[in-house]
Amino acid sequence: MGEASAREPDGAHTGDGVIVTRALTKRYRGGQLAVDGLHLTVPEGSVFGFLGPNGSGKTTTIRMLMGLIEPTSGTARVLGRPMPRSARAVLPHVGALIEGPALYGFLSGRDNLLRYDAADPAADPRTRRVRVAAALDRVGLTAAAGKKTKAYSLGMKQRLGLAAALLQPRRLLVLDEPTNGLDPQGIREIRTLVRELASEGTTVFLSSHLLDEIEQVCTHAAVMAQGRLVVQGPVADLAAGARGRLAVTTPDPADAARVLKEQGVADVVVAEDRVTGEAPGRDLAEVNAALVNAGVRVRGFGVERASLEDAFVALTGEGFDVAG
Amino acid sequence: MSRAEAVRGASPLWTLGLFRNELLTTFRRWRTLALLGVLAAVPVLVGVAVRIETGDGPSGGGGGGGPAFISQITNNGLFLVFTALAATLPFFLPMAIGVIAGDALAGEANAGTLRYLLVAPAGRTRLLLTKYATVMVFCLVATLVVAVSALITGALLFPLGDLTTLSGTRIGFAEGLGRALLIALVVAASLTGVAALGLFVSTLTHSGIAAMATTVGLLITVQILDQIPQLHALHPYLFSHHWLSFADLMREPVHWDDLTKNLGLQALYAAVFGSAAWARFTTKDINA
Repeated sequence: MGEASAREPDGAHTGDGVIVTRALTKRYRGGQLAVDGLHLTVPEGSVFGFLGPNGSGKTTTIRMLMGLIEPTSGTARVLGRPMPRSARAVLPHVGALIEGPALYGFLSGRDNLLRYDAADPAADPRTRRVRVAAALDRVGLTAAAGKKTKAYSLGMKQRLGLAAALLQPRRLLVLDEPTNGLDPQGIREIRTLVRELASEGTTVFLSSHLLDEIEQVCTHAAVMAQGRLVVQGPVADLAAGARGRLAVTTPDPADAARVLKEQGVADVVVAEDRVTGEAPGRDLAEVNAALVNAGVRVRGFGVERASLEDAFVALTGEGFDVAG
Repeated sequence: MSRAEAVRGASPLWTLGLFRNELLTTFRRWRTLALLGVLAAVPVLVGVAVRIETGDGPSGGGGGGGPAFISQITNNGLFLVFTALAATLPFFLPMAIGVIAGDALAGEANAGTLRYLLVAPAGRTRLLLTKYATVMVFCLVATLVVAVSALITGALLFPLGDLTTLSGTRIGFAEGLGRALLIALVVAASLTGVAALGLFVSTLTHSGIAAMATTVGLLITVQILDQIPQLHALHPYLFSHHWLSFADLMREPVHWDDLTKNLGLQALYAAVFGSAAWARFTTKDINA
């Protein structure tokens, strides 16, 4: 026993991404289209942010990737193998936190992890206790390991859910809203943990409805809205897609706005002592000189880097917190 | 990619890990222990009632009414085992099985733990088999709890010794004890049909309570149908119809007719509802 039966999921197809979906579609009974023709590619080694408002189809996509629900049409490949058909070969290499943690309240934190580990036929029972202890330590729950989980706070439950995803060395981590219910300190810890795992070579697929969360840790991102993929790519490219805005702080906003318009700045907006507009294609030093020559007193002058949120608004024409 | 690349094989023995864990988890639930407690209390109640009822008058006398064997208890405490099994088999035992089987998958779905077991990945067929095996173990444990509780109560309240079979022959106490064990096994096997039915119901819903209530409701319905003479043609196919045939093990020689009919019917129910549960569970979308 313990004989190595080679069933590694990396075949000839790993080159094109850890997660690859083609025209992936899910229509629920009753006709509601939850995911509509999704073409998603998650590169190996990336920290991939999966963004979208609540109800945009993120969780349905994740459930299809994890083999929990069957796509209506289209294909999904995880670690180079088709899902849900190859679930038994693929999932031991995948750690997942889906729609929050789910625990047995009458069992201790440690016993919860022992149960989830026992459910994985590829997990070695001889190292089970050691791995469970290591996972508990990694999320900072060693002291509470013996407590029944019904006494856990939401943050502790979330940590235990993460520990369950870290019971084995994983090639892919799928984390659905991992910072839900955590305090700022906990959120910072998760961010550190994600960076750490990524530096070890684990691909992290992180879904969130919080933009700054994605912007701070992700190398790549995709944006969903109403079941459709709006955009995907490296975070830097997405943010660059939206041009930065020129911002001038001045006690003479009316004069400043007039001069800026003369200098070819479009979409000028005045808000108290701040005047902003689309940065023109010419040298900004000349624009500043023009302001000063016109007698406008300038306190601050500069271009604000476009955030992912600007990119999102530019792409979808709507704010981010819209529930689908 | 470091250690993640290390080849991990699955030995067939390791897949039993889930079964062991499932047993442990089931028997650590407060609900399971409460059910077993109720089952253990039934023989004590019956024993005490019989003791009080016959305490004053002279022993023997053999009143006619009540379940089979009850008139014999005062002569031999071992008969309390048979009486208790006859008293719990129509309702208490299958109700307990219905609760455990109905909750098996629906309860996990309700708590959300089902998705994590499947992502682990437990494998749907493997998880279903594990659940069914655990429910079967519970059938056996529940029956043995009734039998052992009855044996202890019987030994404390009444004399023990040789006993008279339903055919009138005498058998020794040791053989009587052997028959009692055999009867407990047959009673446990009689419950496999309900267990499969409960597990199938459990695959249909995301609510543990709904699954338990449906299973127990079906049980009561079947028991009522079995009492309606006009439905005579239907009776041989009701899973509870041959349940009390275990009494035939107390005949000399044993009448096997109804016993084999009962076990065959249970196997049929297990096959039909087991397949239905498998077909449902391996294809259903897990949205909970």
